[in-house]
Amino acid sequence: MLSRVANSIYWLNRYIERAENVARFLDVNLNLLLDMPSGIEQQWKPLVATTGDRAFFTKHYGDATPENVVKFLVFDRAYPNSILSCLQTARENARSVREIISSEMWERVNAFHMMVAEAKREDLSLSALNALLTAVKESSHLFAGVMEATMSHNEAWNFGQVGRYLERADKTSRILDVKYFILLPSTEDVGSSVDELGWIALLRSASAYEMYRKSSVQHRITPAAVASFLILDAEFPRSIRFCLFEMERSLHQISGTPIGTWRNAAERTVGKVRSELEFVTISEIVSDGMHEFLDRVQQQLNEIDHDIFKTFFSREPVAAPVAAAAAVKGLSQSQRQ
Amino acid sequence: MRFDSYDPETQGFYDELFIDKNQPRPEGQPLVDRIHSLPPGELMLRQAAASAAMYKLGATFNVYGDEDAEDRIFPFDVIPRIVAVSEWEYLERGLKQRIHALNLFLDDIYHDQKIVADGHIPLELIESATGFLKPCVGLNPPGKVWCHITGTDLVRDKAGQWFVLEDNMRCPSGISYVLENRRVMKNTFPQVFAKMQIQPVDEYPSRLLEALLHLVPSQVEHPTVVVLTPGIYNSAYFEHSFLAQQMGIELVEGQDLTVVDGYLQMRTTKGLQRVDVIYRRIDDDFIDPKVFRADSMLGVPGLMEVYKAGRVAIANAPGTGIADDKVIYAYVPKMIQYYLGEEPILPNVPTYLCWEAKQLAYVLENLDKLVVKSANEAGGYGMLIGPHATEAEREAFAIKIQENPRNYIAQPTLCLSRVPTILGDQIEGCHVDLRPYILYGKEIYVHPGGLTRVALKKGSLVVNSSQGGGSKDTWVLY
Repeated sequence: MLSRVANSIYWLNRYIERAENVARFLDVNLNLLLDMPSGIEQQWKPLVATTGDRAFFTKHYGDATPENVVKFLVFDRAYPNSILSCLQTARENARSVREIISSEMWERVNAFHMMVAEAKREDLSLSALNALLTAVKESSHLFAGVMEATMSHNEAWNFGQVGRYLERADKTSRILDVKYFILLPSTEDVGSSVDELGWIALLRSASAYEMYRKSSVQHRITPAAVASFLILDAEFPRSIRFCLFEMERSLHQISGTPIGTWRNAAERTVGKVRSELEFVTISEIVSDGMHEFLDRVQQQLNEIDHDIFKTFFSREPVAAPVAAAAAVKGLSQSQRQ
Repeated sequence: MRFDSYDPETQGFYDELFIDKNQPRPEGQPLVDRIHSLPPGELMLRQAAASAAMYKLGATFNVYGDEDAEDRIFPFDVIPRIVAVSEWEYLERGLKQRIHALNLFLDDIYHDQKIVADGHIPLELIESATGFLKPCVGLNPPGKVWCHITGTDLVRDKAGQWFVLEDNMRCPSGISYVLENRRVMKNTFPQVFAKMQIQPVDEYPSRLLEALLHLVPSQVEHPTVVVLTPGIYNSAYFEHSFLAQQMGIELVEGQDLTVVDGYLQMRTTKGLQRVDVIYRRIDDDFIDPKVFRADSMLGVPGLMEVYKAGRVAIANAPGTGIADDKVIYAYVPKMIQYYLGEEPILPNVPTYLCWEAKQLAYVLENLDKLVVKSANEAGGYGMLIGPHATEAEREAFAIKIQENPRNYIAQPTLCLSRVPTILGDQIEGCHVDLRPYILYGKEIYVHPGGLTRVALKKGSLVVNSSQGGGSKDTWVLY
């Protein structure tokens, strides 16, 4: 298939997944706030911090008030990772591969974008915002389900899967990272009831609460057990390990190389990270530093993205270097994190 | 909603459905009967359902500059335009003759220019035509066919006489609406389809693919055919994507293609893959920045070299734009006589050529009665509609004509035929044109249907989608 097309399907899925995860970030924060005893400082700043775009926010908005953060993360068209911008980019990508994907997928992306664009025109109350974020999550699931059920599981589909799971792994690591930061500012808070509520909220933000309860050996909610579930669980579809496993499977379906071997840089890097996650323990991660570990995972995910780009999307021909450079430039435009 | 109060105003207009008030043309009777049998309000409901279906099918076009806007659909009217079989056979013969002659002209004009040597078209008209591409001189497209896909614009006057308004030999668009309109209409009036003998339109993508495959050299066993689009921001992108999907071939942009080892190749996830035929939907000027416009980002550097070497076929061939020059258009009847030794079956709209002194004088004297068009612009640009213009506008335009007479032609203002159309809660007569699509592969094939564009404002003659135009399904009967 065309490199450009593969690239578009990959980014279509990344952007849909990204929109969903931004909604998850916001949703968990809203819920957390309602449970906090009054007097505790509102936790909106860290939300901006997770995006990695704090400078943009400060420049355009100033204070991290709830209104500002919602505007920034949901509706800002100038900010490329707001939910609305993600959906717009997803839609542009979908449009450019409309003859490859199913028309049902195209309709879903279209309707998804329209829903948020319409919500922008209204002045949202808190409860309406809640409903919108829920609808964003549902629409993302609907898209994934429609893709699963209406598109051939061919090369293009596998590129889409790689995009979705890479984005999900990255965002799960970021959610965990920031909540660790919020919830464990000092050891004194450990064990307080606020603390437990916080961890429940964190699990809920990844739709992981019920599954955690069912899988956890101790039935208790401890920071290490929650982190272990979100990083290392082999069966939960939002855990980082699970995502890596799915990425690996799709990459090998694309190349036809057996798992356990590799033929290109993308396969090698994914295999490396996945196998580490299979054999590392949570106590090793905690003692080495949770933040440092998650930071490294994010870097490795970037590396995988880069390898995928080099391997599949930017095939430079031997001759005509000028045209090739232009083409690569065109493709990499959507590579904004 | 009924036709009881519909007045076709047959004194002033040719109505395509009614001979007179309450008197449908015989071929339209089943349709009128069916509409009359619907309960009150039902026609409006079906109109609304058809529009909704159209949106869902995604037959949309982009509106630039409004980031919150959704795509718009090309408005659609559920009352179809019916073409009787005798009419259609006439059009089919006329179009085949015309396309045949135009292709002979293109091949002649890029080779020996016999028609010029024999004194039928002045050389300076050829050389001053912006559509005449010097790099195409001496080229030999497969089978000497230059124009494989044509979308000829036809209109009818007060008496019902058909005329060719434009030939559109570069990248005519609109066929996707023809196919989608039909899909929607089958759901809107299934009983009428059962009663009337309407020629199906679904064959188009197969016929188009067949015509494109016809261009492949016989030694290529598994040819790759692609549609070349300018990209998602082009207003006809939906159609490019739709056709690629219907034919099951790749939709490529210029950035996907590159010339390596003397062949045109596309970049795939598994390396480079050779391309044998391009159905291009970008203009001649943009095809190859090394040969034509150097600033083109849409084309492929080096493509013309590959094309000249016969290693890739392009449909339509670069260079066909010369026949779209409105001054050259005026000579098509002469071409038919010259190349085929026949009289033209389908007439041109009478055209005055401003480069001829006598005709120029006539045009300048009668600006208030004429439509003046610039030779190389489309879509209503560079145009003066004399009867609707002010005195000052006409004077300003007269100066422009005199400065560059070669660039202008003039035609009488035509009173286009009308078809009953739903406007608000009324049925009104609205002006239409017709664009049939003609494919030239092994032989010339006229697709039975075509795009009927309709001006959705009472009295308006403008059928363009950007200016309140819409479309109708076109029913060609057996």
